[in-house]
Amino acid sequence: MAYKRQIDRLPIIPKDAKEFNVTCHYCIVGCGYKAYTWPMNKQGGTAPGANKFGVDLGQQQDAQTPNWYAPSMYNVVKQGGQDVHLVIKPDDNCVVNSGLGSVRGARMAENRRSDVTGTQQQRLTEPMVWRYGTWQPTTWDDALDLVAQVTARVVDKGKEDDLFVSMFDHGGSAGGYENTWGTGKLYFGSMKVKNCRIHNRPAYNSEVHSTRDMGIGELNNCYEDYELTDAIFLVGGNAMETQSNLFLNHWVPGLRGDSMDKKKAQLPNEPHAPAKIVIVDPRRTVTINTCEVVAGKDNVLHLQIESGTDLALFNTLFTYIVDKGWLDNDFIAASTFQGPDPAQAENKAYPAALTSFKAAVAACKMSLDDGAKICGLSKDDIVKAAEWIAKPKDGGARKRTVFPYEKGIIWGNDNYRTIGALVNIALATGNIGRPGGGVVRLGGHQEGYMRPDESHVGRPAAYVDDLIIKGQGKVHHIWANDHYKTTLNATEFKRIYNKRTNMVKEAMDAVAGGTRAELIDAIVKAVDAGGLFSVNVDIIHSQIGQAAHVILPAVESGEMNLTSMNGERRLRLTERYMDGPGSAKPDCMIAAALAQNMERVLRAMGKADYADQFKGYDWKSEEDAFMDGYYAHTGKIVTYDRLRAMGTNGVQEPVVDYKDDKLVGTQRLYTDGKFDRHGRPDKKALFCAGAWRGWQAPGKADEKVKYAFLINNGRSNINWQNHFLDQENDFVSDRYPFPFIEMHPDDMAKVGVKAGDLVEVYNDAGATQAMAYPTPTARPGETFMLFGTPTGQQGNVVNPGVNELVLPDYKHAWANIRKLADAPEAVRGISFKSKEYTA
Amino acid sequence: MKCNQLVEVGRRQFLRGGLVATAGAAAATMMPGRAKAAPPMALVEYPSNRLANLSDLKLNEPMDIAYPDGDSPGVLLKLGKAVEGGVGPQMDIVAFSVTCPHKGFPLSYNTDDRTFNCPGHYSRFDAEAGGQEVWGHATQNLPQFTLRIDAKGDIYAEGVDELLYGRLSNVL
Repeated sequence: MAYKRQIDRLPIIPKDAKEFNVTCHYCIVGCGYKAYTWPMNKQGGTAPGANKFGVDLGQQQDAQTPNWYAPSMYNVVKQGGQDVHLVIKPDDNCVVNSGLGSVRGARMAENRRSDVTGTQQQRLTEPMVWRYGTWQPTTWDDALDLVAQVTARVVDKGKEDDLFVSMFDHGGSAGGYENTWGTGKLYFGSMKVKNCRIHNRPAYNSEVHSTRDMGIGELNNCYEDYELTDAIFLVGGNAMETQSNLFLNHWVPGLRGDSMDKKKAQLPNEPHAPAKIVIVDPRRTVTINTCEVVAGKDNVLHLQIESGTDLALFNTLFTYIVDKGWLDNDFIAASTFQGPDPAQAENKAYPAALTSFKAAVAACKMSLDDGAKICGLSKDDIVKAAEWIAKPKDGGARKRTVFPYEKGIIWGNDNYRTIGALVNIALATGNIGRPGGGVVRLGGHQEGYMRPDESHVGRPAAYVDDLIIKGQGKVHHIWANDHYKTTLNATEFKRIYNKRTNMVKEAMDAVAGGTRAELIDAIVKAVDAGGLFSVNVDIIHSQIGQAAHVILPAVESGEMNLTSMNGERRLRLTERYMDGPGSAKPDCMIAAALAQNMERVLRAMGKADYADQFKGYDWKSEEDAFMDGYYAHTGKIVTYDRLRAMGTNGVQEPVVDYKDDKLVGTQRLYTDGKFDRHGRPDKKALFCAGAWRGWQAPGKADEKVKYAFLINNGRSNINWQNHFLDQENDFVSDRYPFPFIEMHPDDMAKVGVKAGDLVEVYNDAGATQAMAYPTPTARPGETFMLFGTPTGQQGNVVNPGVNELVLPDYKHAWANIRKLADAPEAVRGISFKSKEYTA
Repeated sequence: MKCNQLVEVGRRQFLRGGLVATAGAAAATMMPGRAKAAPPMALVEYPSNRLANLSDLKLNEPMDIAYPDGDSPGVLLKLGKAVEGGVGPQMDIVAFSVTCPHKGFPLSYNTDDRTFNCPGHYSRFDAEAGGQEVWGHATQNLPQFTLRIDAKGDIYAEGVDELLYGRLSNVL
């Protein structure tokens, strides 16, 4: 049954409603929204003078009107303790989205907790501790004292390796500069925790080491570059689904030719045409379909490679482009390392040597014949791709090309060399720091990273999830990570994690009614015997939270003031427009309270020196955390007041000045040809000398031979990340009650399943379940499963193999598939039609 | 066969209701009178509008209609098999709004796979699954019109199950 809200009208925003700046807290794009609130006993009217829009709402509004909002954009929430009407709608004046709302962001209001409308009742409201055989609500003082007492028993000054920490490093949602600073100051300032990891990977490391080591930060262009470019070379990304409004508002105008006037005006001395696009992906995505619709099939080249062979393709293209001489030689001479080689030798921390252009050309050499064979492509298509991205334009002008990439290669085979090889092409063709260029991550979350130096973590960083499996660690603090839904080797991880945390639960149960001292002793004894004490800070009771002993409720964007930057480094302040649920707090304030409890407990233990390290958290609000972190460490320019005044357009980082009542930012990085992300004083970019070497991560090559199906995996546009709020959103859960697994109809026939049937996906690593979704465009033997879902976790069948720097290759799992059950009741009636638009 | 005529009509003209002026006029005449000073009702009062007769419908050929007034275009469809929200002897007759609930562009009907498709931002909705968004950007499924068939085989629309794009009350 298609979910219908049965709403036939909505309250009208009155003229005097309060207005707040909001940046969508879902994906990296960070669309601008406005939140409006007004008292429950008031409403606007249809007359132009009686509503916020100043128009006659008694009339049908045109397409693309700013004067309408969907039921998903409305809710009733608490503000200052009072119920108020809330509308959160896309902002037409934001240059990021120009009024477009995605299927994620346009549900922000509906995904607020409301005691009146009953939405998001899953949100945590009070701290809880494991007591009397289950979780009992309690006070912050009680919960934090328990956390601090237990933690203080397993750490000491300089000896903090028994404390394991999983902490998000992103912006948006509940992330942001305030909160990464709060947790960072605690674990990297007051302590030097080494055994830590990030929300989406089992270690504390970069997703893109090589581009940074080459000197190039991964978010180096601006969204307008897609409107100015001649070509887009998209790798392992599905922008229409996962950066929807970047695609619709900036790529489509470039591809369709709507931005021709802008090209001619800004770049007058060269010929222009609508952009062409090359898409490297083993799967046909809706992005490809849409590109064909807007640009015409002749302008879209889908390089449907053998999964995992991107490095061979890039090295082949690099070799071909070099042979043809389609290079920016002046740039290479002026801005890249000239020797002596190598600038950085290959070793266990550097999976490839970093060198001059010349040395990289020699190391990466791959012929068209070899490349075509390895990648499963025709030589003609590789040549065509090279021509589209690098062959000079009529008159000899250099071609402008953007090279966006994302999880297809980040979570792919040989991350370091593959990303390095892509950056090689962008460098050689002079496409960094120039209008219409860039070699950039598309991104997942927004960013909002501000932490003390993390170099004590080391490189390669500790493989935390594996250490937990091997019995290490005694106390585990988790900040909005759900390993159960998103890690690799998840079948084994969950088995061991449940076992180790149950040991502690049993120990706590055995001293029920005892004193606090008896409880602490029992817990410490259990963790010394192999148990794990788990503290979970989150906005909901997550799946890994089921194993926790203490649960601490956090707020998210809009329930606190929060700053983040998007994929073009656009920094905005989302203003606090509603109360958090119950006594939930911002993560930075939870970190501060935990630090203060640590100080108190350590002092009582007679460890005054160590206790002193936990000073400096007397923040009254998240704004104090922002000032202590971001403001103090970025030139003391950006304040909440200044950022608020910049509205939903904000300012692009780095922020360099405050002039004429405005923050002054930076549209593109590296326009001066000086590269500094690697920290080299010469500011020269390095090339990556990484030859193709087949399957890099352990176990992948064998698994491919052993099992029938590739279990490729990723996101859909409707489901945000690990579905934390969406799992309780009726519109979303009605569409996909179970994770889909896209299968070719012939494969479904072989396995004996029909549309919607539940299948088991299994291999040596473990097993999971999914709902078969017939997909004629899928290649036989290659499936695509929705990742991170509560009702079937793809990570269960991803083997533990990682690269040298502990980056997982989530995209490469092979497994067999068998039928589990006929389509469950929840699945009956949902659509299994093609996701591709047809005219 | 693809029914593209809705797309080909200019958007503005479409939303003014020029295409469906006749149906709109019919709706107006059938709108029940509203007593002055009556207290506001909890639900909007939907008109009961005659859209067509069973005999007018051809299998999988969308008939242009409008509901609840001339500014809200839709189509009436006979799908030949029982579907969600379907009425008639075969429970196969449905009616949907054809204004995309994402940004208000006019949808076109693909007779091959029986979906409504939006040329604005490429969302699509399944006519055989209650208007479920197969893929797209709208945060609601396609508004479906509640139908009733009388003894003569006349088909009436009498309600809408989602808020229509571009209006904060389904009945203006």
